[in-house]
Amino acid sequence: MRHIISILIENEAGALSRVSGLFSARAFNIESLTVAPTEDASLSRMTIVSTGSDDVIEQITKQLNKLIDVVKVVDLSEAAHIERELMLVKVRAAGKDREEMKRIADIFRGRIIDVTDSTYVIELTGNGSKLDAFLEAIDRSLILETVRTGVSGIGRGDRILKV
Amino acid sequence: MQLTGAEIVIRCLQEEKVEYVFGYPGGSVLFIYDELFKQDKFKHVLVRHEQAAVHAADAYSRSSNKIGVCLVTSGPGVTNAVTGIATAHMDSVPMVIISGQVPTAYIGQDAFQECDTVGITRPCVKHNFLVKDVRDLAITLKKAFYIAKTGRPGPVLVDIPKDVTNQKCEFEYPKSISMRSYNPVVKGHGGQIKKAVQMLLDAKRPMIYAGGGVILSDAADRLVKLARTLGYPVTNTLMGLGGYPATDKQSLGMLGMHGTYEANMAMQNCDVLIAVGARFDDRVIGNPAHFGEVARKIIHIDIDPSSISKRVKVDVPIVGNLPDVLDELQKLLEASAGVPDAKALAAWWKQIDEWRSKKSLKYKQGKEIIMPQYVVEKLYEVTGGDAFVTSDVGQHQMWAAQYYKFDKPRRWINSGGLGTMGVGLPYAMGVRFANPKATVACVTGEASIQMNIQELSTAKQFRLPIKIINLNNRYLGMVRQWQQMFHGNRYAESYVDALPDFVKLAESYGHVGMKIERPADVEPALREAFTKHKNDLVFMDFLTDQTANVYPMVAAGKGLSEMILAEEL
Repeated sequence: MRHIISILIENEAGALSRVSGLFSARAFNIESLTVAPTEDASLSRMTIVSTGSDDVIEQITKQLNKLIDVVKVVDLSEAAHIERELMLVKVRAAGKDREEMKRIADIFRGRIIDVTDSTYVIELTGNGSKLDAFLEAIDRSLILETVRTGVSGIGRGDRILKV
Repeated sequence: MQLTGAEIVIRCLQEEKVEYVFGYPGGSVLFIYDELFKQDKFKHVLVRHEQAAVHAADAYSRSSNKIGVCLVTSGPGVTNAVTGIATAHMDSVPMVIISGQVPTAYIGQDAFQECDTVGITRPCVKHNFLVKDVRDLAITLKKAFYIAKTGRPGPVLVDIPKDVTNQKCEFEYPKSISMRSYNPVVKGHGGQIKKAVQMLLDAKRPMIYAGGGVILSDAADRLVKLARTLGYPVTNTLMGLGGYPATDKQSLGMLGMHGTYEANMAMQNCDVLIAVGARFDDRVIGNPAHFGEVARKIIHIDIDPSSISKRVKVDVPIVGNLPDVLDELQKLLEASAGVPDAKALAAWWKQIDEWRSKKSLKYKQGKEIIMPQYVVEKLYEVTGGDAFVTSDVGQHQMWAAQYYKFDKPRRWINSGGLGTMGVGLPYAMGVRFANPKATVACVTGEASIQMNIQELSTAKQFRLPIKIINLNNRYLGMVRQWQQMFHGNRYAESYVDALPDFVKLAESYGHVGMKIERPADVEPALREAFTKHKNDLVFMDFLTDQTANVYPMVAAGKGLSEMILAEEL
C-alpha cells in the first residue's frame, strides 16, 4: 500500500541524511521525498511517499519517531488529505505542435512559463496521476525534459501537523 | 568566565562526574589532551588501539550503569573506533564518544586525518553531533549525556573540530535539558498493564522471557519479585543472563540458538508469553514463521516502540521504562482477586521437568583431552560464581553463557548483537575500572584474543589483574562447527596456524602465563591463578578438544523445537 508520511524535523545540518539513511539501512522504500523549512525556520517538513505492508509502514513511522531530531510523524494517508506535486516540462513547440501543446496545457490547467521560438516550459500542479496523464496526452517525442518535485501533502480540515 | 573549547570539554566531563576517559591522543584532540593533563578530577586510560578504548568504555558502562566515555582523534582515530561504537549500539549501551575533527575551515577539503565522522557513524550511534561553534559545546555535551542514558540507551558521538577547542566563550553547564524532539516514555499505559495482568493470570502454560533490557534498566530485582509472585518459569536471553538468577529453580537457563532444551521447548509451547526487555532476535526465536505456528498470547514490555511487533506480532504492547512498568504490574497483580491456575501450572512444571531431564548441556570429560565446557564449569566453581565474566565471540562465548551460572546482573559482559571478536580483553579492562575490587575473568579463544592482544600492554600499565581463560582449540571454532554441520566438513580458512606461544607472549608483557594441557590440571591451575596470582594478570592457555561443538543448537532458519542435541550426532 502507498502511504504519505509527513515529518516535522529539526532544521539542522544532516537532518535529511538521517532520514534517507534510515530508509536505506532498513531496506524501506522511498518513492519520493520532499523537504523544505516551514514557517518556523527551526523546523523542516518532509513528505515521504513509501510503499509497504501495514507492518512495514508501522516500522517506518516507529523508526522515524526514534530519530532524535524528529519532532512529529504523521501518516497522512490514514485519513482525508490532499497531495500535490509540481512538474516542469520542457517540450518542443514549433510549427503545428505549438498550438496543440498550448491547447493541451490549458486543458490540464498548466501554465506556460517560458517561451522560445521552438520550446515551451509548462508548469503543472496536481496529484501524481494527473501529471502522468498529461505526459500521456502529449506527443512523447516532443518531450525534451521533465522535472517533478515529488509529492507534498497536507491533512484536510482540522488535521494539523504542528509543534 | 571565558574558557576555551578544550577547557569546556574537561569541565563538562567533570560536571558529569566522569571517573575515567578511555582514549588515544592525536593531532585534532591535542588541545583537549593538554587540558586533561592539567586536571586530576578524572583519569585517562591510554589504550593501544582506539577500538579497545570504545570497548573498555562500553564494558565500564555495562558493568556499572555509569556512562562510559572515550576520546579519540579525527580520521583513523574515529574509523578505528567505529567497530566499538557499533558494538555498543547493537547492545544499547549508554556511552559518550568525543572525537576530534579537522579545523572547521578544512572540513570537506580532504585534509590530513579528515573523515566524515558524523556520516560514518550515523547508522551506528543513537545520535551524533558536529559542534561548529564553541558556544554550542557545553549544551551539546549535556545533550549527549542525556540522550545516551535516557529512553533506550545508546552511544552518542560528539565531533569537535580542532579550532573549536581553541576558541573561547563564556562557560555555564546547563543544569537540565529539554528537547522538543526527544521525550522518551517512562510510564506504561495503565489499561495495557491491566490487560497484561489478566492475561498472565489466565495462563495455563505461562513463560517469562527476559532480555538485556532488564539489565540495562536495573530491573532485575523487580523481575525476580514478579516471577516469584507468579511462580512462572523464566528464561533469559544471552544479553539478559544474570537478570534472573540462573541457579533459581524457576530459571530454565538461556534460550535461543544455543539455549537449553527446556527453555526453547517452553518458549515454543507456552500459551502466554511475557517478553520483558527482549526483542525476539533471530538468534533467540529462530524462524519466526515456525514460532508463529503455535498459538500464544504475547505481552511485550519495552522502552523502544520500534522493538515491539518488529519480528513477532504481539497482543499486549506496553511501552515504558521496565522498572516503572514492572512496579505497576506487580501492584495490580497483588491487588487482583485472581491467582494463577495452580493445577495448570503444576502440569506445566511437570512438562518442563520432563524437558529438563534431557540434560541438554551434558558432555563427557575424559582423562586425556580438556573439554572447553569443563574449564568454564571449573571457573564457575573456583570463582564461587561471583566473578565478572567477559567473553569474546564464538564457541567459547556460548560455553561461558551456558556453564557459568550468573546470579547477578551486570556480571556477564559480551557482544551479543554485533558479535564482535576482540572485545573480551578490553571489556575485562573496562569492568575492572568500574569495579576496582572485582574478580574479572575473560573467557576467550585463541582467535578472538588476537584481535585486541595489544591491550595486554594497557593491562600492564594499569596493573589490571584480569584472568584470561583462553580456550585454545586451534580453530575458529564456531566457523568450524558450521562448516562441519552445513558445509560438508570443508574447513575453509577456519584453522588458526602459526599461533604464538601465549605463555611467552604474556610474560613478555610482564604478565603471568600458564599452559594447561590435561583435564586433571584444570582446577589446580585455576586455583593457582585466582589465589597465588590474585594480583596479576594471568594468561591461561587451555589446550582444548578441537572437535567440541556447542549444543543444543537451533540451526539458522529452523524452529525453536527443532534443536539438534549432542547425543543425536
